[in-house]
Amino acid sequence: MGRSSVIQARRMIYADYASSTPVLQEVKQEMLPYFDELYANPSNLHDFALKARRAVEGAREKVAQLLGARSEEIVFTSGGAEANNLAIKGVIQANKARGRHVVISAVEHYSIMHPLQSLAREGVQVTRVGVDEHGRVNVEELEKAIRDDTILISVQHANHEVGTLQPIKEIAEIAEERGITFHCDGVSAAGIVPAKVEELGVDIYTLSAHRFYGPKGVGALYLARGVRLLPQIEGGIQERGYRAGTENVAGIVGMGKAAELAEREMSQRLEKLRTLRSKFIEALRREVPEAKINGHPSEVNPMYVHISVPGVEGEAVVAELSSRGIYITSGSPCMARAAKASHVLAAMGLSQELIRGAMLFSFGIPTSEADVARVAQEAGEVINRLRER
Amino acid sequence: MKAKLSVDCVGMHCPVPLAKAGEALQKLAVGEVLEIVADDEDIIEDLPAWCRVTGNEYLGYAREGGIIKAYIRRKV
Repeated sequence: MGRSSVIQARRMIYADYASSTPVLQEVKQEMLPYFDELYANPSNLHDFALKARRAVEGAREKVAQLLGARSEEIVFTSGGAEANNLAIKGVIQANKARGRHVVISAVEHYSIMHPLQSLAREGVQVTRVGVDEHGRVNVEELEKAIRDDTILISVQHANHEVGTLQPIKEIAEIAEERGITFHCDGVSAAGIVPAKVEELGVDIYTLSAHRFYGPKGVGALYLARGVRLLPQIEGGIQERGYRAGTENVAGIVGMGKAAELAEREMSQRLEKLRTLRSKFIEALRREVPEAKINGHPSEVNPMYVHISVPGVEGEAVVAELSSRGIYITSGSPCMARAAKASHVLAAMGLSQELIRGAMLFSFGIPTSEADVARVAQEAGEVINRLRER
Repeated sequence: MKAKLSVDCVGMHCPVPLAKAGEALQKLAVGEVLEIVADDEDIIEDLPAWCRVTGNEYLGYAREGGIIKAYIRRKV
């Protein structure tokens, strides 16, 4: 740790690591040769291409290690959204003959919901299972939602807005017993919290590099041996036929390095995040006693502190803090510009007032204890001033 | 209803039509009307809510078969 950060040098405080993280220096250095020195197409047969191919395969091995998987079970994609689309559409297309019913939670990311909404026009049926006040999936309800024609269950590992960790092992046991493919969207968990696929019991798992200090534009799908899935981008033999297109070699190398560092440093990073989280919550509660901490109190990705404050607009707090050089978010980044009320918070049963007053603080490797103290103090000032209006 | 501009969001899912509406609205003058053509039912609830949040005026919607035509007026 103790890496120098461009972010801190500019005296701004970035507290939006749940949206994206900076590429670590070690990761960037490892990527650089693949832009202009080792630029061959990995699919070709000459020796120069072999170097690129080895780099891709080395990265695949590192991502596999992060998940406790075999390297041949990793498919690189352009990111989490593509990987989720591939999982949803690919499994449904490959299993049409068996059924057309899918079970998901009510708090999934749009990259799960939208492909299913499109497929609903072709006759796919979806049951959305509710969550409790902390955003945790009701496993009994999920079990009851399963039908004879259910071909896929998809539940996220950590929620993208509030950070709640889902009971993945329990769901996996149910899926296995019923012989249903289980996909888990791990974009908001992988590389931050432990995500060993054997332990979780998932068949398919999505991850995204830029959420754990790798580059944007690269993600991966873990696809357990024997799982049936059809490609969504066709026209090449790359990624064992699951995803056509010349590989984003530099990006994949970056993802591999980020995965290696995440695996190696996970326990110390987690310890730091837990400390920052509890110090921030303690300080914020002193400033704003009415703040409600959303998400599960213990089963949570510790980089997340999602709160609601009655009587303020989350977006106004975001704007005011932004003018002070402190960057947080009021909703998931995919929704922020559309100003749509959060389906996650609604599913958790939050009142309209608490949904309006929602905001997310998220911390990362470069965050210091002084940073969280300043964020809590300035957020307190801003919130209390806005509430007086 | 006479709209100055129409944005085609058929096949798109909320919140994409909201983001498209926000983008299209920037091309209009204050007081002008935008038509949003969509087939995602969520727009019926989401668009009035989006107008409240963004300070624009929601004028209503009409159905034509499976298509929803919704209208908003730029106020800010």
